[in-house]
Amino acid sequence: MAARTLYDKLWDSHLVNENDDGSSLLYIDRHVLHEVTSPQAFEGLRIAGRGPWRLDTNIATPDHNISTDRSEREAGVSGIPDEISRIQVQTLDDNCDHFGIKEFKMNEMGQGIVHVMGPELGATMPGMTVVCGDSHTATHGALACLAHGIGTSEVEHVLATQCLVSKKMKNMRVSVEGVVGLGVTPKDVVLAIIGKIGTAGGSGHAIEFSGSVFRDMSVEGRMTVCNMAIEAGARVGMVAVDEKTISYCKGRQFVPKGDLWHQAVKYWQTLVSDDNAFFDIEVELHADDIVPQVTWGTSPEMVAPVTALVPRPEDQVNKERRKGVERALEYMGLEGGTPIASIAVDRVFIGSCTNSRIEDMREAAQVAKGRQVASSIKQVLIVPGSQMVKAQAEAEGLDKIFIAAGMEWREPGCSMCLAMNADKLGEGEHCASTSNRNFEGRQGKGGRTHLMSPAMAAAAAVAGHIVDVRHFLSESTAGVNL
Amino acid sequence: MKAFTQHRGLVGPMDRANVDTDMIIPKQFLKSIKRSGFGPNLFDELRYLDHGEPGQDCSDRPLNPDFALNKPRYRGASILLARKNFGCGSSREHAPWALEDYGFNVVIAPSYADIFYNNCFKNGVLPVILTEDEVDILFLELEATEGYELDVNLASQTVTSDSGQVFKFSLDQFRKQCLLTGLDEIGLTLIQADKIRQYEVERGKAHPWVYGAIK
Repeated sequence: MAARTLYDKLWDSHLVNENDDGSSLLYIDRHVLHEVTSPQAFEGLRIAGRGPWRLDTNIATPDHNISTDRSEREAGVSGIPDEISRIQVQTLDDNCDHFGIKEFKMNEMGQGIVHVMGPELGATMPGMTVVCGDSHTATHGALACLAHGIGTSEVEHVLATQCLVSKKMKNMRVSVEGVVGLGVTPKDVVLAIIGKIGTAGGSGHAIEFSGSVFRDMSVEGRMTVCNMAIEAGARVGMVAVDEKTISYCKGRQFVPKGDLWHQAVKYWQTLVSDDNAFFDIEVELHADDIVPQVTWGTSPEMVAPVTALVPRPEDQVNKERRKGVERALEYMGLEGGTPIASIAVDRVFIGSCTNSRIEDMREAAQVAKGRQVASSIKQVLIVPGSQMVKAQAEAEGLDKIFIAAGMEWREPGCSMCLAMNADKLGEGEHCASTSNRNFEGRQGKGGRTHLMSPAMAAAAAVAGHIVDVRHFLSESTAGVNL
Repeated sequence: MKAFTQHRGLVGPMDRANVDTDMIIPKQFLKSIKRSGFGPNLFDELRYLDHGEPGQDCSDRPLNPDFALNKPRYRGASILLARKNFGCGSSREHAPWALEDYGFNVVIAPSYADIFYNNCFKNGVLPVILTEDEVDILFLELEATEGYELDVNLASQTVTSDSGQVFKFSLDQFRKQCLLTGLDEIGLTLIQADKIRQYEVERGKAHPWVYGAIK
């Protein structure tokens, strides 16, 4: 057999049929549902008199539209003040109860942001096809899954048939070799990649991240990277299986035990690209060139090292690019040539499916420890990605570090990443955010988002402006390794 | 699923690259559990001067006079002319729902984000891909011509202007067939139910841990 990429292997092993019209029927192992993109799909099933194809492939939880405020959460679903939000969360509960789908309800242990919850429960395992009505589903690719976002019509299709009508993507490999420096995190690596290939650089491709930087990275860090594949236009991002993948999975709730575990591990170890496998596009970066990254504009590709200046429109050769930079700077209220490490920040958000895992919480806490939020900062939200992350962080005392620094320790959910709930920016406010999108209005109408790592966001909270976190690390205790 | 065969209509411009789905339909409108009614909130933050909330009557909200689609000459547009990487960002199908509900049957752009592109076909909205140069020509003609209309034919895969220019576009045959006939895709897949069951039997033998854990 010809040499195959990891993506080729995952595709081949889930092929139910190759249809005459050039499409394929692809089997879906795991379907993750949440309250925002599922109600119309369930309604479609009801109208057509259909039910789920099977139940043990589905898992659901509310995350996008729920409050992160403790007292509001304690009031339960019926206590959600906004009627439209309440109906949506209630509808997920009702649909899951009606059809018999396993749901981790709003305040149950296990609940969390879909892309934090799936891997940490072991609901997503290596070699699976994983879909969800959310574009950041690529996150699960960190476990060598073929995982991607789908629309609501496809949510209904997967519920009803356990399959998707698909067309195979092309293969792209992004390699980063070397060893990243102190203060350079997985977020910086993926932002640097997006800066290089652009927001549509991966369109039509499944990206495999390879090289020593990803081998050295924790599985949580790989999730941060795969999560943002979509910001480079790729629906799918993946990292091959290695020992870290296997130790990550071991002992998790839905992962097999005993003989079945050994059988699974044997198969999982084959989930790597063969030597000489063909990639349609190869991109290479070197770790030495990557320093902490910050976005200055309104697209994730508008990113620069924290040491750089905000670009000047007049320096852009391409006319369309110049127009884009002008428009972005106007929206962001920034002048070309301003040092990025001087931009004042109003609010800080540490959370989202990109950066709300336990490592992210630790990373932020290391910077926050023994320091105070600058007086000019209106709010610092620390939103753990799941009930399990929250419990673990509290067991480690991280919540106390944040609270002592003047930050708010919240309940798990998507929160200010997309600002569907009350956590949002005011008009014109700048936010140091660990989320994934800096689109116009994403975190609130007129809000100005600067994407960065949890360490950088925590440092901005302390400094009151964007700052190179490496200055904090050199002056803080030795042995801090971000 | 809604069918699409041929459409002639007024063209409206969205002259910027990387129009994301947050821009097409902002998140507060995603709280709805319905599929319809998103049209009045299409491009909400660009289109209105105030902040919109779901359930609000949009008819007396202050319109942004600088937003192209608010200009009288583009009122009633049913073909949206756009730039590259249209529909990037989230997977929300609310984006094509809003376009369709507003009255757009066709989008023409040099490229689309993958998920958005896919979602359009499920909702009877045809996303036409032309080259950047061809899209440039259409933008120039649109600006120069009041009441500019185009004819879009899916069967022949052509966009035709009144000046007689014909632009060919390509798309996957399976997507074309589904859209032309408006077939129920789930029904089509279920015709292969035996194959799916057979796959599950074989998979259950090879990788038994995939099944049964979630109860």
